[in-house]
Parts: sequence; structure tokens; C-alpha cells
Amino acid sequence: MIATGNHAVAYGVRSARAEVVAAYPITPQTQIVEKLSEFMASGEMRGRYIRVESEHSALSACYGAAACGARAFTATSSQGLLYMNEMVFWTGLGRIPMVMAVVNRTLAPPWSIWNEHTDQLAQRDAGWISMICESVQEAYDTSIMAFRVAEDAEVMQPVMFGLDAFSLSHTAERLDLMPQEDADAFLPRLDPSMLPVLMDTRSPATYGNLTGPDAMMEVRSAIRDALERSKRVIEEAAGAFGRASGRRQAGLVEDYRCGDAEVVIVVAGASSGDAKDAADALRDQGTRAGVLRMKAVRPFPSEAIVRAVGGAKAVAVVDRDYSFGMGGILATEAASVVGGRAARYVAGLGGRDIRPEDFMGMAADALRAAESGDPAQGHEVWWGLRRSPSAPGGQGGA
Amino acid sequence: MLLEIRLRGRGGQGIVTASEMLADAAVEEGRYGQSIPAFGAERRGAPVAASARVSDSPIRRHSLVYSPDIVGVFERQLAGDPETLVGIKGGGILLVNGRSAPDVPGVRCAAVDATAIAVENGLVVAGWAVVNTAMLGAISKASGMVGRATLEKVVRRRWRGELGERNVRAALAAYEVAGP
Repeated sequence: MIATGNHAVAYGVRSARAEVVAAYPITPQTQIVEKLSEFMASGEMRGRYIRVESEHSALSACYGAAACGARAFTATSSQGLLYMNEMVFWTGLGRIPMVMAVVNRTLAPPWSIWNEHTDQLAQRDAGWISMICESVQEAYDTSIMAFRVAEDAEVMQPVMFGLDAFSLSHTAERLDLMPQEDADAFLPRLDPSMLPVLMDTRSPATYGNLTGPDAMMEVRSAIRDALERSKRVIEEAAGAFGRASGRRQAGLVEDYRCGDAEVVIVVAGASSGDAKDAADALRDQGTRAGVLRMKAVRPFPSEAIVRAVGGAKAVAVVDRDYSFGMGGILATEAASVVGGRAARYVAGLGGRDIRPEDFMGMAADALRAAESGDPAQGHEVWWGLRRSPSAPGGQGGA
Repeated sequence: MLLEIRLRGRGGQGIVTASEMLADAAVEEGRYGQSIPAFGAERRGAPVAASARVSDSPIRRHSLVYSPDIVGVFERQLAGDPETLVGIKGGGILLVNGRSAPDVPGVRCAAVDATAIAVENGLVVAGWAVVNTAMLGAISKASGMVGRATLEKVVRRRWRGELGERNVRAALAAYEVAGP
């Protein structure tokens, strides 16, 4: 079969037997929750679909459901994610093991519906595990794996995963579904007694009440430890899902031909495939290139990045996001573990296409900078930036 | 082998549906398929494009199609539009809905009268001939990667009953006559 990224997520959430879905529609996410509401209405999913008046309420409802022991899911995008911002922190800092899909869309103004990762990355300090998918199949697979990671007794933190607006959300690709019995074996029912917080109406209590300076650091350090442990849990879940599905899964990262690479492209999201095609083309031309795809951005895969770029002369980090006054977010974070070797490229903001040829150009540029002895630190290029925004040569149709 | 395809038509002509069915057909054949709609301010009647890929191996890239092997033009008037042909590979195929093929140097041009096929099969909605299944049939043939039986199967999967049968007849009629 084929499916769009949005429908793949809905199929995955159905395979995961989510029990509560609360959501508010927003382009380009709406198809996810539309499909889920159809599954609920037809009885293909057993559970409760809660219609709410805002994204803030959507995440609040999921918070409540998950705190009472239900498997809860929501999905949103860009402005909707910003509108639920307060609850994103409540859910992460409150240790609520739920799952959210984020269709990565450019933040306004000016208004845009196309892909960019800044919406999700701007939430990176909220205590959520945060991942970004490359393909429609991975969006489905991750929808199931995310619940297993969130609900692992060693973790018990929420998981959000992103998929690029349109280039994944509305792109249809081959999709293989997991037989339900395999999904059930991989993802057993949630045991509510494992929850850090279990709300029970028969035994009323408050949680998240005023906490003084004498206790807060300990509360925070429990979350720090959970995210640290999640690195192992994510790898284990990917391994187990890979065996169950027959499809190799990325854990924290995917290492594509980095072993002997002289230049490594570090990238996340749907255009990672274009980067792999670029690496193959560069190798055909005699340049040993590799791609390190970041599946997880929280926890940050520091060790895996160091390992993958170990022997490379040059590292090109490609950000489809930006932190004004500092730089690309992934490049800034990668530089914190690989130092000055990380050449920074900002590309694809607002949904501008990043083609394999662009990745080839960035890799060559990074190699040139490294070989010429230029200190790569501070080498930031806005790839394909035009002098006039209306100049031709852009993304067809968009 | 990777084939990259651009579909060009007007909003409302069903080019996204056609590109999805093409991807579906490739997967049905045991291959890989991908359909990428180009989303913008879509309006009924405005020129729109979609990208599709069919391949023997997994398709990793997600950028749009810039160097198509095949361009399918659902609306004759758009055949001369520069955006329709930009980047087409040398020896690529230009397949136009019309009675006669245009003449473009270095490109294999062909015509299929999808509008007539749609009308003959009663595929007319609000005065518009719905040409997407006929164009799908023609493009499937041109791709060399989709068989007749697979085409029939994916069209029938999309629409049930009498409407499905009319679409199947249109797709197969175009498949039979399509060149080059």
C-alpha cells in the first residue's frame, strides 16, 4: 500500500492502540487526527476522541488522560505547538508518558505552511524526548516505538516526533503495516502502577503543587536521569522493532557511510534522503562522503556524533531551523561536542527545497573550508540565499 | 531504475490523485513509488504541478522533481508554459492531453486525447471532463513500469461501483493508445 506521512502516523497510533486522542486541527497536521477520528467512529480504534477548543486544551486533556493511566496521543504543528507551549512544559516536567506528532511547519510571521524544524526545536528544553523522521515508513514505525520509549519504566517521559510539512505529511510513499499481534507483542498494555504520577479519582491528591527551593533540584535531576537512560531505551526499542518488523530502525542516529568518510553531512528530517543520494554521488566522483542523520535531538546524541565524525576532515551541519543571534540549532549543539570542525549551513527555511545537488555543494564547501585551514568555527552559510526574495529559481509550485 | 515524473494541470483536474495512483501502481508491481503534491495557494483552474517517482529500489529523496523523465500535461494550453518543460531530460517524454503532439526538439512528444476518452466514458463533472484516469493510463504505459492489470486494480481500488468501472475503462483506453 501507499500512504501519506499524515495517514502513516494515524495508522501507527491505531497499531499502538492509543486510548485517548484530543486534538485541534491545523494545517498540515489535520489529516492525522481526521483519520484517527474516523478510526474511533468506525470502532477500528477503541477509545475516546475528545474535541477541544484549542491546542492548549488538547494537550491538557492528554495530560489528564495519561496521568490516569490511559495511552494518550495528540498532534499539532507550528502555531498550534506554540499555543500549547505552557502545557508542553507541564507535560515534560510533570513526567507524563504520552506521545505527540509535530508536523514541522514554519512559524509565522510572515504566514507560511511549508516545512521548517524551528517549531519543534524551540520546545527542546521541556523535558520531552524529541525525534524527527525521514520517511513515511519511519513516521509509522516511530508512532509505535515512541509509546514504548515513553512508557518504559526507566524513562516515563513524553515523546514528540516530527515529520516535515508536505514533503512528508502530504507525500505518499510505500508503507508496510505491522500485523496487530506483532504490534501488541512489541508494545504491551501500559501498566498504570508504573507511572511517576497516577491520578485516581477514588484517592484524590494534588500533584505539581508549590515546591520550594529545598526540593526542586532533586525533581529536575530525576528528569535529567530519565533522559539520560532514554538513550539506551531508544536503542533497545529500535533494535526490538527492527527484529519484529524486519525493517532496520535508527535509534538515536543513523550512520550512513560515515566509517571512512572525509566529509560528514549532519542533518535531520525528510531531506536526509537527499543527503544520502548526495553522499553516493560524491563518492562516485571520488569524494568519500557520509551522512549522520539525527533521529533524536533530545536526548542529544553526543556520543554517536563524536563517533561518526571521528576521522572526518570536515563536518557540514545542515539546519532547517535557526536561533537568531546564535545560529543553526543543530550546528550549535553539534559544535558543543565536535568543536570547531562543524561548518554551519542554514538551508530550506520556509520550505525551500534542499536538493541532492545542494548537499553536494555544502559538503564540498565544508571540505574546502577545512582544507584551506580556515577556522570552521563561525563558518555559517545561508545556502542559496538570494539577493532579492523574488529572484527566480525557487521551489516549483510553492 | 528511477523514473521521475512531473504532472502539470489545473487545480481540480485531479493531478494529485493521478500521481498517488501512479505511486500506488508502482508499489503494487513490487516496486517503490512516491507522490509529492506541490502545495501552494491552490485554486480551481490555476496551473498546478505534482511530482512522482517510480523506482526499482527504495526512494530516499523528498525534494520535488526538477529533471523529469516524463512530463504529463493534463491541459493542452499548459504544454507551452516554460514551467511545464523546465529541466526535462534529453530524450525525455512529453505526453500531452490533445489530438496532436507538440514538437519540442530533443524530447519525445506524444498526444493522447484524454478529454475525448473522459467524455466517452461519462466522466464529466460540472461541465469539466475529468481526465486524470485517462492521463494516468497513458503515463503508466509511457513509464514502462506499470502493467495493464495493475493499472486496472489501482483504479478500481479508488472508486467503487459504476464510477469505478467508467474510470477503469478510461484508464485502459488511454493505456492502449498511448505512445510513443
